[in-house]
Amino acid sequence: MSSTTLSRRRSVSRTQSNISGWGFAAPFLLFFLVFLVWPILYGFYMSLTGKSLTGANNGLIGFSNYTEAFGDADMWHSLGNTLYFTVISTVPLVLVALVMAALLNIGLPAQWLWRLSYFAPYLLASTVVSLFFTWMYNPQLGLFNDMLSKVGLPKVAWLNDPNVAMWAIVIATLWWTVGFNFLLYLAAMQNIPAQHYEAASLDGAGAWRQLFSITLPQLAPTTVMIVLLQILASLKIFDQVYQMTAGGPAGSTRPVVQYIFETGFTGYRLGYSAAISYIFFGLILVVSIMQFVITRRRSA
Amino acid sequence: MATPTLTRTAAGSAQSLGNHKLRPVRKKPTIGRIAAVALAAVIAVLWLIPFAWATVTAFKSETDAAASKISWVPPSGFTFDAFAKVFQDGNIPLWTWNSLYTSAAITAITLVISALVAYALSRIDFKGKRVLMTVIIASIIVPPPVLIIPLFYQMLSLNLIDTSWAIILPQVIHPAMVFVLKRFFDQIPRELEEAAVMDGASRLRIFTQIILPLSRPILAAVAIFVFIGAWNNFLWPFIATNDSNLLTLPVGLQTIKSAYGIQYAQNMASALLAALPLIVVFLFFQRQIIKGIATTGLAGT
Repeated sequence: MSSTTLSRRRSVSRTQSNISGWGFAAPFLLFFLVFLVWPILYGFYMSLTGKSLTGANNGLIGFSNYTEAFGDADMWHSLGNTLYFTVISTVPLVLVALVMAALLNIGLPAQWLWRLSYFAPYLLASTVVSLFFTWMYNPQLGLFNDMLSKVGLPKVAWLNDPNVAMWAIVIATLWWTVGFNFLLYLAAMQNIPAQHYEAASLDGAGAWRQLFSITLPQLAPTTVMIVLLQILASLKIFDQVYQMTAGGPAGSTRPVVQYIFETGFTGYRLGYSAAISYIFFGLILVVSIMQFVITRRRSA
Repeated sequence: MATPTLTRTAAGSAQSLGNHKLRPVRKKPTIGRIAAVALAAVIAVLWLIPFAWATVTAFKSETDAAASKISWVPPSGFTFDAFAKVFQDGNIPLWTWNSLYTSAAITAITLVISALVAYALSRIDFKGKRVLMTVIIASIIVPPPVLIIPLFYQMLSLNLIDTSWAIILPQVIHPAMVFVLKRFFDQIPRELEEAAVMDGASRLRIFTQIILPLSRPILAAVAIFVFIGAWNNFLWPFIATNDSNLLTLPVGLQTIKSAYGIQYAQNMASALLAALPLIVVFLFFQRQIIKGIATTGLAGT
């Protein structure tokens, strides 16, 4: 066989690979381009226009939506609420998950029962969670205030008190989603080689000692991942706030996603709303890049 | 033959979750262990209270539910009235059906398109593969709330608002799941395919008859993850539909607060009925679901 036929054959098979490669990618790519890439690009274009749902003023207006947003006290307030929620929710969502997983990892009997009770809330829709907690937070008829008054504490206005409402939402969120982090921790813990523990107990290390000198150090990389994923998830908060307080009282819980939603669909200002979306995207981007850098450094 | 090993390596940590035989070394009933059980039990009780209180409320009469003296056992006894009323309205079954078929469609489309592209990225050398891979990975960071405004506008101009397609189509892109699938395919030994290539089998045949059967555990994991996400998604279906016949469970439930007002027992009955399907599924497939979440969880969201 001459070398020309060989190379021709190789180029034929390369063409074939190109065709089948893009052929396999095509269906995904189609959806990807239409429902992800295009909206991102178009959304950015929208943010440069005065587009509104009423159809008025569709022209380009440059970056004036952005300048307006940066001077918009409501935007800053909602962004601040989102950041506040992210900070005060991430800590318990990671710590409680860790405690739950550590307890189970000791080897409690009836594992499935604990897993079920800690994880089951994660399977609920946000609306179900909101209905449950709105009812329990009810100032007169709610379970929480009833419990408080039984132990002699004053009643709390929960969702109606601007100083408490965000914490009330954090409690509901903790109950709802901690099970997810708990599962990730549990998986990571059960992946720690048993020999580590065997060696430690031969050396006379007790359960506590093992927890602090084996389990926790081994979990450090998992913790970094969980914290970053939790931050990203918390920054997107919308559902439970919208459903439980509608952002109130007095805007004290309104997150930035709700502000985007309201300027777009209640205020009909799609262009302005798109601009705020992009400011929010910038924030997410910063955290994501942090995540990328940290995980990269770890695997390198 | 290769299947069990494959599963274990790819599902990695997740696999060990299903393993009930825990380390035998530390099982003495010490004070520490008793304290651990006690603390675990306290947390479990706290975590079950919202379910319990919702259930008790749902089985009360509206009068008892709204009584200012709070009771776990209502004075006039438990009743099915609230559930009966909710069923009479007929909304919950309709919403459940809507959630079921939209979530099933989202899961099916996601699985097909993601597995295909993941196979190409894992096995086929084609021009532009690296760029495609980078773009898909980079897109993981796009937060869905950023897309709602342009997507809504897009659906409006495609005349899809108030159709099921508006709910389904934008939810089928899961770049992280593509990545999860690719990583699994990477671990399937190539020798399994080489014989088929020798016999002149096409790529598509190799994919459907060799790769997919070996990938059942990861396909199940991805399906579970996508399905739960779609079933519980609120923001996008809330925006994409106003038609009361198309509402999904989470969106429909949001409307009952205004409809029933202070009908606490009916609110809780509706919420419990909405929660029931996934909880029941979980009771039956607990292991698979936990494994699935643990496998896909760190890559996803």
